[in-house]
This record gives sequence, structure tokens and C-alpha cells, in this order.
Amino acid sequence: MINLQDVTLTFPDGDSRLIAVDDVSLTAPDGKVTGITGPSGSGKSSLLAVAATLIRPDTGHVWIDDVDAAALTPTQAAALRREQIGIVFQQPNLLPSLTAREQLLVMAELGDRGRRHRMTVHRRADDLLDAVGLTAHAHKRPGQLSGGQRQRIAIARALVHAPSALLVDEPTSALDHQRGSDIMGLIHRLTHERGTATMLITHDLAHADALDTVTTINDGRASHSDTVLA
Amino acid sequence: MFVAWRDLRHARGRFVLIASVVALITVLVGFLAGLTGGLAAQNVSAVLALPGDRLVLQQPAEGRPSFSTSAIDQTIEQAWRTAPGVQRATPIGIVQGRAAAAPSPTAVPVAFFGLPHGSSASPVADLAPAGDDEVGLSAQAAIDLDVGVGDSVAVGDGTYRVAAIGADLWYSHTPAVVLTPTSWAEVDRNLGGDGLPTVLAVAGSPAWDSVAAATHTSVNTPLLSLTALETFQSEIGSLALMIAMLFGVSALVVGAFFTVWTMQRAGDIAVLKALGASTGSLIRDALGQSLVVLAAGIGLGLAVVVGVGMAIDGALPFLLSPLTTLLPALVMTVLGLAGGAFALRTVTSADPLTALGSIR
Repeated sequence: MINLQDVTLTFPDGDSRLIAVDDVSLTAPDGKVTGITGPSGSGKSSLLAVAATLIRPDTGHVWIDDVDAAALTPTQAAALRREQIGIVFQQPNLLPSLTAREQLLVMAELGDRGRRHRMTVHRRADDLLDAVGLTAHAHKRPGQLSGGQRQRIAIARALVHAPSALLVDEPTSALDHQRGSDIMGLIHRLTHERGTATMLITHDLAHADALDTVTTINDGRASHSDTVLA
Repeated sequence: MFVAWRDLRHARGRFVLIASVVALITVLVGFLAGLTGGLAAQNVSAVLALPGDRLVLQQPAEGRPSFSTSAIDQTIEQAWRTAPGVQRATPIGIVQGRAAAAPSPTAVPVAFFGLPHGSSASPVADLAPAGDDEVGLSAQAAIDLDVGVGDSVAVGDGTYRVAAIGADLWYSHTPAVVLTPTSWAEVDRNLGGDGLPTVLAVAGSPAWDSVAAATHTSVNTPLLSLTALETFQSEIGSLALMIAMLFGVSALVVGAFFTVWTMQRAGDIAVLKALGASTGSLIRDALGQSLVVLAAGIGLGLAVVVGVGMAIDGALPFLLSPLTTLLPALVMTVLGLAGGAFALRTVTSADPLTALGSIR
């Protein structure tokens, strides 16, 4: 479960500070896709960065299961990310020198978790490649894959270490409607199958049927009228 | 090293290029080091092969002691010989001149050493003949004169029978020829000298500095006494400076390559950090990659140096030894890694936040 409590994030803006996230509290439960929507510049991505422990909020708590990520040092936050958090970026952000399968295996190499962990990740990588329908493309590099295929690999990479929280940033922004719909459906299915607490940022609700709830952000503040869509 | 190995495989052209540059620098350093070693051996191998723990040279009233001007008289010799702690003091004469294989009129440059037969065990002393009408030749002297044991060698007006041929010993780029002290003094006087020995080889453990001060002499280990050989200082100093500059170039080239390479990968590094990579694992990756490139380049360069060094054995003054191959390779590896470490700033400062929303 992802639980944000009274989170406020500001950035320096000349002599004053710009409020990016203003006292936001929300919960993304396990096995559900929690959509965060809102216009450009509303603070959606800042909220995701806070939830992903990539930036520490000025005030508030960020609970990933029972760990308050807002209180962690950068080193501890990195460890939390490689063990408990999966991130799907707006762009696939795949490493050009790695094959599709290696994009997943790299998750076992980010820390010092040992041989058993590595073997587990290797096994899950094959399962996930199958789950995203890319087993036949396992040995291709990013340049040999389509945009949709790359985003599928990015989703598989985010799940290969079995995180409890999945944070997804505008996964369909670079895809056409059909491919976007496929990706959203894949995220929805994997979230429900694996019981992951998924927080998904999107600026349009064309694929809203893949979201379980939606919270709207405006000027850094969350509306309190979460809508249950499915 | 997971990503590092795959980067090496994926961008092999770039890595082969930088490894080739490292190999080329290794070849240059290796050749210079081998040449320096070879020239040094041709300069000082006979001095380093003198008997005794320390060498005593005359301390001039002004300036530094020099093999070319030093003269050890009876007073100095006696003072050292009788100093407490001295086990043995062997006067040795050194002078450069020419010798010819009798009756050939063609003379070749050689260095005459004069020391008593059986005075002590050392490569030079081993060549000291028993009779005043005999000489001992170093290996190259025998080759240059084209003589063997029993043949005759002409030096000035005298003729000497070759009693022994021994190690490859050199002094100031001339091969060593060893005479008895009496014969050497005669040769030295014929060459315009005073017939006094040049250096005193002392064995034992006397109060070195106080005896030296009392006798107006300078005392040093054989290695440190090489600074009294002017040609050695200037020659080796120049070559050592070139080697040092090549070491600097090597560190700079490797550092520049990996800095540019790592900056190009800054986006990937930010992604890896966002995914949870520890800074330690990224640093290990980067340094491991540098080490692989350095090992490949230096290994290749070293193989070329050893191969060519063996091929030109004897044709050039080239010394092939761990000191002229493995040591420079080790220094290059350390300096290369230091250069590669400059790139680590990009790794440590990469902001994982940039992975969010980045257009790549």
C-alpha cells in the first residue's frame, strides 16, 4: 500500500517558494490502480517523484507498506526503490546496450543481494516477458523494438523484483490510442494479478476504464472526490 | 559489472579505439623504458658490479665528486683501510681509452678497469687477471675486438694476453677491459692520467660519514654513486622525463575518454539510480570498465614491447626486464584508473529525478 499523508513539496522560486504539492493525502491500496490526473503543471509528476522517493517532501509522510520513505536517507531510499518500488517512466528509459531480457535482469544487479536473489529475478524475468507477450523478443535491443514493445519491457522491468508499490508516469503519452489502451490494460491486469499498489499518473482519461479510482490534482491540491470507476 | 560488460560489447568500436590508444602509449612507454634500461646498463653496469658495500670518490674542493676527476692517493686509501669497521678496501682505477686486437691496427673504444686479482667476488673482480701482461675482457669487449681467450690485445705500446672473458659489463657506453693495478696505472699514465686509482670499493660497516669527512672523500652506495657519472645523469634524466610525460598523457587520455563516455551515459546512470542502483555499484561498474580497457590496452602494448624487445636483442641497447615492462605497466594501470576516477563525479552527481519525464 502507498499512503501519502499531508505531503507538501515546494521548490525555490526567486525569493519565495513555489508550492508543487500542497498538503496532499491519498492512499493507493494493494491490487488497485489509483489514477492521478490533472492538467499540465498541476503537480502530478511531483507527487509521483515524492511517492517514488526520488525527492523528499518538505512536510508529511510517505508510507510504502510500513516504511516512512520521507524519513529515509538517499542511500536507504535507493535500497527501498530496488526492493519495494517499481517505476515506469513516461519514456521507457531502457538501457541501449541491454537486450530486452537483460533490461529485467539488471534489477538483480543494482544492489548486493546475492546469488539466490539473482536466480529468483532471472526466473521472474522469464515469467514477466511471457506475461507482457515479448518472450520471442527477449534477445532484441531497444532499437529493435517498437514503442509499445519498449513500454511493455519497462513495465516488466518495474515488476521483476516483485515490488509492493508500482509508480507509473504517463505510460501512454508516446503511444497511439490502440497501443495506449493495450498498455493500460496490461498494467491493470498485472496490478490485479500481483496485488501491487499501483499509482498511475495520466493527463487524459481516454483509458480510464483501466483505473480503479481517480484523484484529481489542481494547483498541487488533491480533490477529495475520488471516483470509483471499476 | 553487469551493465559495464554489456556496454563494452555494445560499443566495442569506441572501446577498441581507446584500448588501442592505451596500447600505443604502452608501446611508447615500454620502448622508452627498455631503451632507458639498456642505455643505463651500457652506462653503469660495470660500476654496479664493483665489489664492496660503498664506493669512495675524491671530494673536490668545489663542486660534486666525479668519476672522471676522482683520484684516490695512498693517504686516502690507507685511512679508509685502517678505519674501524672496514673489512676490505679495494682501490680501483677506471679510465676510457682504446684497445685493438693485436696485430690489427683497428682500435675500439673500451673502459679500462684496474684492480687486484682475487681481491673479492664480483663480476668485475672476477675478470681481474693475475699477471701484468694479461687482461680480462667483458663479453662485448671480446666481441668488438674479435678475440678469444689466449689471443693478444694491444693497448698503447703494450700487448696483453686475454686471460678471461666474462660478464657483459659497461662503463659510459664502452665495454669493460680489466687489468692489474700496475698495468692499469701504466695505461692511465699513457693516456695522460696520474696513475692513481679512481675509486675505493669499501666493504664493512665503518662510520662512513666521519671517515669520509676526515679523508675529504665522498661515500655512497654503488647505486647512489651513479650521480657522479655525468653522462648517466643527463641521459637517464632526459629519458625518464619523457617516460613521466607519457605516463601523464596516458592518465589524461584515459581520463578524458571515460569522462566523455560517462557524460554521454548520464541519462542511463540517472535511470539506474532511479531504479535503485547504489552509488557503490555504479562506481564499481565504471572503474571495472576502465580496468578492463586498461588491461586490454596495456596487455597488448606489453606483448608488442616484449616481442620486439626479444627480436632486437643485441641490435640496440634495450633492456627487457620486469623493471622495464611490468613496472611501467603497473604505473600506467594505476594512473589510468586515476584518470578514469575523474569520470566518477558524473556517476555520483547524476540526479535520479531527471529520469522522470526525461525525453531520451
